[in-house]
Amino acid sequence: MTINYKNIERRVRINGIAKVIFSMSTIFALVVLGMLLYRIIAGSIGWLDFKFLTGKLSIFPEKAGIFGAIVGSLGLMLIVIPVTLVLGVSTAIYLEEYSKKGKLQNFIKINIANLASVPSVIFGLLGLSFFSRIMQFGSSMVAGGLTLSLLVLPIVVVSSQEALKAVPGFLREASFAMGASKWTTIWKVVIPVAIPGILTGAILSISRAIGETAPLVVLGIPALIMKVPTSLMDNFTALPIQIYYWTLDTVLTPEYANLAAATIIVLLVVLFLMNSVAILIRNKSQKGF
Amino acid sequence: MAHSNEKIVYDVRDLNLWYGQDQALKNINIQIGKNEVTAIIGPSGCGKSTFIKTLNRMIENIPSVRTTGEILYHGTNIFDKTMRIEELRTRVGMVFQKPNPFPKSIYENVLYGPKIHGIKDKHILQEALETSLKSAALWDEVKDRLHDNAYSLSGGQQQRLCIARALAVQPDVILMDEPTSALDPIATAKIEELIDSLKADYTINIVTHSMQQAGRISDKTAFFLMGELVEFGATEGIFSNPRDKRTEDYITGRFG
Amino acid sequence: MERETNVRSQIRTNIGKRKNHVDKIMPRFFFVMASVSVVTTLGIVLTLVTDAAKFFSEVSIFEFFGTKLSPLSANPSFGILPLITGTVLSSLIAMLVAIPVGLTAAMYMSEFASSRARTVLKPIMEVLAGIPTIVYGFFAYSVVTPLLINIIPTLGAKNVLSPGIVMGIMIIPMVASLSEDAMNAVPNAMREGAYGLGSTKLEVTLKVVLPAAISGIMASFVLAISRAIGETMIVAIASGSSKNFSLDITQSMQTMTGYIVEFTSGDAGSGTTGYYSLYAVGLLLFAFTFVMNILAHQISKKFREVY
Repeated sequence: MTINYKNIERRVRINGIAKVIFSMSTIFALVVLGMLLYRIIAGSIGWLDFKFLTGKLSIFPEKAGIFGAIVGSLGLMLIVIPVTLVLGVSTAIYLEEYSKKGKLQNFIKINIANLASVPSVIFGLLGLSFFSRIMQFGSSMVAGGLTLSLLVLPIVVVSSQEALKAVPGFLREASFAMGASKWTTIWKVVIPVAIPGILTGAILSISRAIGETAPLVVLGIPALIMKVPTSLMDNFTALPIQIYYWTLDTVLTPEYANLAAATIIVLLVVLFLMNSVAILIRNKSQKGF
Repeated sequence: MAHSNEKIVYDVRDLNLWYGQDQALKNINIQIGKNEVTAIIGPSGCGKSTFIKTLNRMIENIPSVRTTGEILYHGTNIFDKTMRIEELRTRVGMVFQKPNPFPKSIYENVLYGPKIHGIKDKHILQEALETSLKSAALWDEVKDRLHDNAYSLSGGQQQRLCIARALAVQPDVILMDEPTSALDPIATAKIEELIDSLKADYTINIVTHSMQQAGRISDKTAFFLMGELVEFGATEGIFSNPRDKRTEDYITGRFG
Repeated sequence: MERETNVRSQIRTNIGKRKNHVDKIMPRFFFVMASVSVVTTLGIVLTLVTDAAKFFSEVSIFEFFGTKLSPLSANPSFGILPLITGTVLSSLIAMLVAIPVGLTAAMYMSEFASSRARTVLKPIMEVLAGIPTIVYGFFAYSVVTPLLINIIPTLGAKNVLSPGIVMGIMIIPMVASLSEDAMNAVPNAMREGAYGLGSTKLEVTLKVVLPAAISGIMASFVLAISRAIGETMIVAIASGSSKNFSLDITQSMQTMTGYIVEFTSGDAGSGTTGYYSLYAVGLLLFAFTFVMNILAHQISKKFREVY
């Protein structure tokens, strides 16, 4: 049997071609991103200014400003942050520090995994039935915030779990050896070490929540609200809702596309800032054990 | 809580321990004397680490562990309901193989014990801080940087910090599980010196895989093999005149 | 010595006094918090089932799976087959984009790319994954659709092709990262055996790595489908709300998710059959994605090779 060297050349050539094709796929992603950014930035030129950020909403595009929507989005986050942190970190602490391996622990874990892949509209329906109608929170920021909190809960749980798991066992041991109780050990040793991971998870969850539109639409959050909300029980509008309705009505009023683009930039800038903070936190806490 | 002034600190009677189905300690009977350094030697897997962790009930952190027998600490069985685990651990301190200070300042490490047990008086805390660090031969090296992170210390210093931390709650027994095996020879020597000075005020049990170390610093030595306590007695006697052939085989290096 | 023994005796007294209330309460508190997730799932199922039941008390299952959908007309009918075709077709198109691109991107990053290339490409993937879907929706309607109209002049302003493609793009990072994880988990020893026999990288990838990682890769495909089925904003904006039963992807169609959002963005009179139809559709949607999820889980469990 002789090895066919011509065959090897051909195979190597195919390999080279494949490598190029594969890299194209990843470059494709770059290209798409570029197109997206270009279109958005181009569309928003001239429309994104201080007046836009501080003005009130209006059906006239030249007069429209998104201040109310910014306040609304902030109000939502004011609810999402504490609720997800308390629920999410508590769940993670229960799963990682207190619960024993077994059916109950598995059941809760499966539940979290399941919730993570439920479509966001379904959370909207849940919010509509429970928070809006049964709890009578209507279309307020409380209703929206609580609905979004449940939606992003799995994100906080999973990242807090990772953060807790990463705390080395010998630190817990040292604490127990001095007669500390389990809770004292968790509170004084484990959580302080896990905080960067927990914070990163919180930031990830807020990033997701701030851009979520579907649940808010299902809750009936409107686009045009004249009054800037002053309390969390007020009706409100939010940045993604503005983008949605402006985009939908572009065919009627072409300038709406510009408003949508400008709002998208605001949203993306906020997301960029938050993610930069998350990366900073992650880098700063890289001290190994 | 029975406070006896007897010379016996620990009286272990018929201690058996299982990890699930595997028996790790078989019928251990031993008496640890006050203000002595007792070395526990034996090959890997002989149960010496397991044994020392029963003395402060740290072994129970492993869920599959089951024990029978009694361990009397100053006359009281530590497995009794009357004995609070937390209190036991304030009277019996532990130093681990790999130094494990908390990622906090030196100050917070040493005072972790007193603080979590409710000591708030600043004078008392300061005094405890100084005394413990001095007893651990670390005070001079860190007195000007008490608020530095403990991780900025060298390995040997971190271990002495862990000793200071254990001392701060004023135990009367210190358990040491191979405390120098992760340290260089100079750091090891410092710690051995320290152990020698500590025994005036404390009872020390030290697990060591180094027979030379046992020979250098201990008053009594216990030889464990496959979960059994094969021989226990004055260090001098164990090393020069072992009664059991297995002890002799281990000491002369035929295995282990 | 007096001060010293203070510590010892103070600790003793403190421990004696301590009642351990907090230590007993905290685990219970955490358990209650943890059960909120279970309650949420129960709540979702409960609300979907009870309100869907109200719907089915008025509308037969037959009609529900029929082809005529006009919820707001004077004589409303609720045949949701148009929605199902909308969902299926848009998801299919999405998969035709996401799976090849995602898988090849994963192969590239896992097997071919230099570590320098990887440090540039991975963050880009992460950025793509972090873009809110509403932005993708804008992109589909304002950028992709006009572009496609240049190529296909008969393309409607609202169509299924454009959001399908954009959904695919949105899902690429998910397929790429899950598949890459699966491929990374293949031990190097396997690769080295093949390289040692003179295989090219492509051959090792296709004949050794891919088969070994197949369970994780397939699981990622299933999760991607689930994601596409549940996606809302991209299709709500770009594929419109036509309720005609058709298979023409160049024209408008509505998906199940789009239906729910369209109905509630108007004045959804609560208590009407139309309102309850949302929950019936929602139940179907939930069932779809739930089954997909379990499937993905089973696939990755069943075929996982024990190395």
